[in-house]
Amino acid sequence: MRIGIDKDVCIGAGQCALTAPSVFTQDDDGFSALLPGREDGGGDPLVREAARACPVQAITLHD
Amino acid sequence: MEIGKTEPFACEVYMTGSNTSVNTDHSATDTGSVAFPQDRSCPYHPPTAYQPLRDERPLARVQLYDGRTVWMVTGLAEARALLADPRLSSNRENLAFPSPTARFAGIRRRRTALLGIDDPEHAAQRRMLIPSFTLKRTASLRPQIQRTVDELLDRMIEQGPPADLVGAFALPVPSMVICALLGVPYEDHDFFEDQSRKLLRGPETADVEAARDALEDYFVRLIDRKQKERGDGLLDELIEQRLNEGTLDHQELVDFATILLVAGHETTANMISLGTFTLLQHPDRLAELRSDAALMPAAVEELLRYLSIADGMLRVALDDIEIDGRTIRADDGVVFSTSIINRDNASYEAPDQLDWHRTSRHHVAFGFGIHQCLGQNLARAEMEIALRSLFDRLPGLRLAVPADEIPFKPGDTLQGMVELPVAW
Repeated sequence: MRIGIDKDVCIGAGQCALTAPSVFTQDDDGFSALLPGREDGGGDPLVREAARACPVQAITLHD
Repeated sequence: MEIGKTEPFACEVYMTGSNTSVNTDHSATDTGSVAFPQDRSCPYHPPTAYQPLRDERPLARVQLYDGRTVWMVTGLAEARALLADPRLSSNRENLAFPSPTARFAGIRRRRTALLGIDDPEHAAQRRMLIPSFTLKRTASLRPQIQRTVDELLDRMIEQGPPADLVGAFALPVPSMVICALLGVPYEDHDFFEDQSRKLLRGPETADVEAARDALEDYFVRLIDRKQKERGDGLLDELIEQRLNEGTLDHQELVDFATILLVAGHETTANMISLGTFTLLQHPDRLAELRSDAALMPAAVEELLRYLSIADGMLRVALDDIEIDGRTIRADDGVVFSTSIINRDNASYEAPDQLDWHRTSRHHVAFGFGIHQCLGQNLARAEMEIALRSLFDRLPGLRLAVPADEIPFKPGDTLQGMVELPVAW
């Protein structure tokens, strides 16, 4: 899976990191970021939930 | 249950209401005469009078105090789509922006930082604040929140029962935490808690304006003092990194301070007081929570969904929006009743039941879209720590007076308990 994060859209709500903490984190500016080594989602089923939890649809998923 | 009739205290009555059918026949319903906002009849349930609106999903029509009819969004999926739609504006300077109350309408219209503006101005402001409200920053505040909670509970135990849980615990917890975060002296809390209450509840426009002016005046002086002598808090960081660099103007900083202080304590205080009341009224759920501490994060999420204390977010349409076969026209007002949306039976099974095991995370209690609550992660941490410690330290906690004698807030402001007399 390829995970895209649009940092121009991201509002730093942290819902991705709250929902799928094994894949998403927040950088020092508060924007969504992928944890090193987990750029492909690591097969975590919560990645889809995290994308859905994003209040501004900043996360796109490509299988 | 007789639809539209307000029960004096309908906590049990409401559960028997007919909310199992999903009505998709738009032509057959005429709910435009239902007034919004209305008082809840039970502090933790939507107003009984909204029952017919709830049966009409995903969109209904309601009438505001001034006779204006606006859309009310009642479906969860549609609410999430519309709250994220840039064609719905939060700009309160727009003359077509709907007013929920006379006191709101009477307020001098001017820019309201963060909450009352659209992108790109909103994004520029929010980006200055998000580093201070990340999950990591919030996690780092947990020990301090725990200390605050422990000290307040120590004091309650020392003084002995009965106590008003609002004044002794629910309000001071978030109030102390936001003061420390912002760098606002907590000894001023009587002043700003009183002004915050007037800002949110009036009752008159003049009260709201006076409160806003008093808080602004307070922050002008505080920022002035901080410019002379740097303190330790978010306001000090913003002065140093933004105001002094010219990327934030003085009025914006005053607006940030006012909004963060008010939103930072009134909201969570209501969740703690109403959450406690709700748990005490649901002893089985409380017992379940006590037997398994790991349930607490899910319980907080479910309480957020169930209680929906910010029950009425407003927008104005900038353009025509097609949704569910209907058209929201440019300049139409739109209201989001979170208590109805978060109990959408198309999204939640048995939505009127408290259930720690459901997936409640996609609720809109914190809003959705660009304005979703900036402090939501802090609020979650405060609620988890406050509720866990409260029931751990006071295992015999109970209401000190009958439930139906306890006053709760009117429908035109944040929902919660006015006071909460408890014993243990």
